[in-house]
Amino acid sequence: MSIIENKFRDNVIITSADKFMNWARLSSLWPITFGIACCAIEMMATAASRYDQDRLGVLPRPSPRQSDLMIVAGTVTFKMASRIKRLYEQMPDPKYVIAMGCCATSGGPYWKHGYHVMKGVDQVVPVDVYVPGCPPRPESLLEGFIKLQEKIRRESIATTQAA
Amino acid sequence: MEVGEVFKTLESNFPDGVKSIDIEGFDPSATIEASSLLEICSFLKSDKKLKFTSLMCLSGVDFEEKMEIVYHLHSLHYNHKVTLKVELPREKPALPSVVSIWIGADWHEREVFDLYGIHFEGHPNLKRILLPDDWEGFPLRKDHVDAEKYRGWTIRKVKEGYE
Ligand code: SF4
Repeated sequence: MSIIENKFRDNVIITSADKFMNWARLSSLWPITFGIACCAIEMMATAASRYDQDRLGVLPRPSPRQSDLMIVAGTVTFKMASRIKRLYEQMPDPKYVIAMGCCATSGGPYWKHGYHVMKGVDQVVPVDVYVPGCPPRPESLLEGFIKLQEKIRRESIATTQAA
Repeated sequence: MEVGEVFKTLESNFPDGVKSIDIEGFDPSATIEASSLLEICSFLKSDKKLKFTSLMCLSGVDFEEKMEIVYHLHSLHYNHKVTLKVELPREKPALPSVVSIWIGADWHEREVFDLYGIHFEGHPNLKRILLPDDWEGFPLRKDHVDAEKYRGWTIRKVKEGYE
């Protein structure tokens, strides 16, 4: 530590690049604004003042180019699936996906008879966190954000995404 | 005008066009021939005493032994209603389009075509409206069997017999 000793004044923090980057990433998760079914109503409730996802740094963005998180909030129909894939591809790396609700996770209520519903959005985009429920309460979605943050905290610049 | 009177007017004006009349049921209806559909509809719309200017709903039904199209008409002028039915064979069902009479029939007819495969002759733009353009089959037909895959994605993960 001899090089930096006495070189910096007070209020200077020394940390590793990994920790610093992870801290920056997990404190500003910006989800792309789109909802595809009833789960989106709970997602909006999570964003509104009562639950206030902004206190976790989660702030909806209007464009995929500015987003690093995709919350798949709703029923993924086959017609929608290719659009979701297109949106995901437009987001810059590093990017994360939360599958919100049992529709996005597994097909949900359409598991048996939905001829038009994709049985899990993980068939088109890689999912980081699954949030169960039909729909999940805002607390569950907040828990999903926290789980994702825990995951990002374990990342390293040597590997692109945490296992 | 009472619905019975509407039926009487229809019967006296189109003795060959009206197949049968059901006045008893929950929703009294007149079953008419597909060949005189356009004539009857333009009469219902333009007659001074009827003025059925609004097509409230156009639906398709699959009865396994036949197909049926149901028209619910409403007169905003007289506030009276009438229900028309057209029976069609299950093989290659086709009937004239009523878009030339009620422009609102456009999307209704496309939806029935999309889900039942019923052809509306003379429709300006008869193509799929809800399902993707490259979808195969008509899912609301009773004999419809889901394909295994759509664009490589599994449609149904549940096998027969699963409860
Ligand atoms: S999981 Fe339930 S609430 Fe969510 S989109 Fe599906 S049906 Fe709607």
